[in-house]
Amino acid sequence: MTELEARLRAVRQRHHAFVPYQMAGASPRWLDHLDALVAAGADAIEVGLPFSDPMMDGPIIQEAALRALRAGTTLETVAHALAARDLGVPLIAMTYYNVLYHRGLERAATVLRDAGISGAIVPDLPLEELEPWREASAAAGLATVLLVAPSTPPERTARLARASQGFVYATARMAVTGRSEGAGDAPRVVAAIRSAVDTPVYVGIGISTPADTAAAARVADGVIVGSALVAAVLANDDPAGLELAASAFRAALS
Amino acid sequence: MGPPDATGRFGDFGGRFVPEALIPACQELEQAFRAAWADPAFHDEFTRVLAEFGGRPTPVTPLERLSTRLGLRIFAKREDLAHTGSHKLNNVVGQALLTRRMGKTRIIAETGAGQHGVATATAAARFGLDCTVFMGEVDTVRQELNVFRMELLGASVVPVRSGSRTLKDAVNEALREWVTCVEDTHYCLGSVMGPHPFPWLVREFQSVIGIEAAAQLRALGVEDPDVVVACVGGGSNAAGVFAGFADGPSRLVGVEARGGSAVTFGAPGVLHGMRSLLLQDDHGQITEAESISAGLDYPGIGPEHAHLAAVGRAEYYPVGDEEVIDALRLLSELEGIIPALETAHAIAWLVREAGQRVPHGATVLVNLSGRGDKDVAQVRQMLREGHD
Repeated sequence: MTELEARLRAVRQRHHAFVPYQMAGASPRWLDHLDALVAAGADAIEVGLPFSDPMMDGPIIQEAALRALRAGTTLETVAHALAARDLGVPLIAMTYYNVLYHRGLERAATVLRDAGISGAIVPDLPLEELEPWREASAAAGLATVLLVAPSTPPERTARLARASQGFVYATARMAVTGRSEGAGDAPRVVAAIRSAVDTPVYVGIGISTPADTAAAARVADGVIVGSALVAAVLANDDPAGLELAASAFRAALS
Repeated sequence: MGPPDATGRFGDFGGRFVPEALIPACQELEQAFRAAWADPAFHDEFTRVLAEFGGRPTPVTPLERLSTRLGLRIFAKREDLAHTGSHKLNNVVGQALLTRRMGKTRIIAETGAGQHGVATATAAARFGLDCTVFMGEVDTVRQELNVFRMELLGASVVPVRSGSRTLKDAVNEALREWVTCVEDTHYCLGSVMGPHPFPWLVREFQSVIGIEAAAQLRALGVEDPDVVVACVGGGSNAAGVFAGFADGPSRLVGVEARGGSAVTFGAPGVLHGMRSLLLQDDHGQITEAESISAGLDYPGIGPEHAHLAAVGRAEYYPVGDEEVIDALRLLSELEGIIPALETAHAIAWLVREAGQRVPHGATVLVNLSGRGDKDVAQVRQMLREGHD
């Protein structure tokens, strides 16, 4: 069992996990925003590393990535900043494969680990292409979290669930982040995962209100909230405001 | 140019790097294409539609005055004479037939110059499919007449305002849209790029160019041209014409826009579902291609081209915007053919390399991939602003 999974299983003993997302470098105060998320009761944080062509992200996270890149954010600047601060909760990097690939997979995994990151989500890296990164991340002690989609057939769901480390990411909708028009079927996706593994299952994509959070918590072990909280920071670069917004999601889980 | 391996790779390039939500759709498309391509009835219908609707076969024209000027023996494969004015129709007819075969009712597409968007809208009208085209906002301005053409054909055009607002961002947005509607919608990708099986199936649908041209040249007494040359953005017209000659001795040459030359200036990376050569910075961020031609304004190249370059079977060279305008004027004045700006890149390379990389007396087939009507307003503007 990876260190990330052990920590997330311990969280589940207490309550449902609340995992908010922020894009590293989108604001000069992004580290303060991470602190605000911890203060609001985050059990783990998904930290976005910006990529120029985020295929799985809607307009809000695209905008955050653009701001981060304009501010000169790189894998190294993020790692450097995170290494200097202990947030007290597990950090999971979310990025696209080319950012890791271009750096060299072993080096990228080492940089992330040395920054105190314990897992990675790479949405454009499917099971069939996973092996080189899995080797590099495992050598560095990083968990690689895999996504299961509403379109994933049952046999494939079982393979993804078994291969996912830390937790299994169940996408609630056929959509990119921050959009809610795709068909949603979180209960079915979560049930299919649970029939294969007892790893924690978190629901993300399409969780835009505290009410969505409460609904997802009825079937899942935790929820991931991305665009709704990134939008708060894009609109008003204020940690106190972010803490308030995040607290509403946390409260809906209790 | 055979099929890719089981992982969708040509050598080290290709693959299927897409979000999990799109994996089943890519697998379904691969199965549908394998079945269709093995089905004589599919080939019959594909060939019939390309003939009755698309105007195939397109002729091969000896370019006599240009040949005299450059000291070469040049033939042009006239894809500019295909319906909608470029080779793009070949691919969209094939994909529209596949869409129907998969029981889907809607197609989406990305477009740069608008040629693929117009071709997709055309095929959608012909086959009764709903159609949405994603086009970078910058390109909707550069090619506003093509936006109107697509709308006349019943398609809706969505201007893409993310990133560099050009072709690469239109691809991102089409992929994002596809995730939400994959159940009833086919993504009609316009070039030999993207996740497996797109690079393969687009090349197969475009291979009609090279297969026809080889037979037409033989009828003119040319067994194997010394050089086969085509412009390359993603690389579909080049892949299509190369397919007729790759097994022979002809040199294969792809010409990229200098500002979008992934083979000359790029590095291996992963974008838009494929591992290929990409323009990128020191941190793996994709950089913006720059070209006067919206259709070549792409920071990558199809994975099979990256493979052909790596193994040395094809050569790729950049040409600059200035050379392209000169070449466009030269072909217009000497041959009575106004080529698309994209196509003019291939001509520009010939003009530059006649007597250099292409020895005098060589026999050359150039793929005249598209006509220039869409570009004349832009060219007029550039000439007025003091080019030449």
